[in-house]
Amino acid sequence: MKFLLNPWPWYVAGPLIAVTMLILILFGKTFGMSSNLRTLCTIGGAGKYADFFKFDWKTQKWNLTVVLGTMIGGFIAANLLSNDSTMALSEATITDLQALGFSNIGATLLPPELFSLENIFTFKSLSILIISGFLVGFGTRYAGGCTSGHAITGLSNLQLPSLVAVIGFFVGGLFMIYILFPLIF
Amino acid sequence: MKFLKFLFVGIFFGIVLVKSEAVSWYRIFEMFKFQSFHMYGIIGSAVLIGIIALQIIKKYHIKSIDGEAIVVPQKAKNYKANSIGGVIFGLGWALGGACPGPMYMLLGTGVFAMVIVILSAMLGTFVYGLIKNKLPQ
Repeated sequence: MKFLLNPWPWYVAGPLIAVTMLILILFGKTFGMSSNLRTLCTIGGAGKYADFFKFDWKTQKWNLTVVLGTMIGGFIAANLLSNDSTMALSEATITDLQALGFSNIGATLLPPELFSLENIFTFKSLSILIISGFLVGFGTRYAGGCTSGHAITGLSNLQLPSLVAVIGFFVGGLFMIYILFPLIF
Repeated sequence: MKFLKFLFVGIFFGIVLVKSEAVSWYRIFEMFKFQSFHMYGIIGSAVLIGIIALQIIKKYHIKSIDGEAIVVPQKAKNYKANSIGGVIFGLGWALGGACPGPMYMLLGTGVFAMVIVILSAMLGTFVYGLIKNKLPQ
């Protein structure tokens, strides 16, 4: 049981992500998490404002069920399959984050400076949460997919649009971390 | 009942990403700083196995459980959209550390801040839908 409670190494997680994609494909579906954001907009009545949201969301019930499952999976992983070990982040990462003003790095999955209930309603944290969510939601639909649809499924299927999108993910990510982070933190 | 199998796929996927720390803001930072092999190992091994498995599925014309031919849909070749949208996504991914799967999983782990991220991501998708036709494709 101990190996289940410890953090899982990449060579376990990577193949299991491939298994997730393959199961969905064998079920006659696809592996794409970001589509659910569009479905949720449609359920919320976005079809009144743009044709993009006019589709029968019931065809996406299966994917919303996957989403519900991921939440339950997150609950199980955090509450039943955890030994609260500190993350084994690289020393260089810890040093860099300390220089940006973070502390207790890796004690929890997310930095409490940004995500703890005490901090989320500070102007800075709230702005970061809203802006990051907005950029992810806008960017993923514009790019035609996210990490699951482009980086895993698209690259596995050797599709050029996915390679272009993944390079884009990295250009944006590197710009944020190297250029904008020193200004934000 | 036919949805139950999808619920289990989601549970499985959620456990894998949380236990491997791929949902962690710290791990995304570390990845973009090239300071650990962890995230590259996860994505790289998933893609490598994915490539091999999809080739096998195509070569042997393996069918889905409904008996249908398996077709992995082609992504649209809108390179401007793929690249500009990709950059915008990357900015958000690095800033908040959560992409569209992990934001739900993290909510499940008890991070209620994710409600704000999810609602903002819906808003982002909504705004995209409104101005889609005015954007370069």
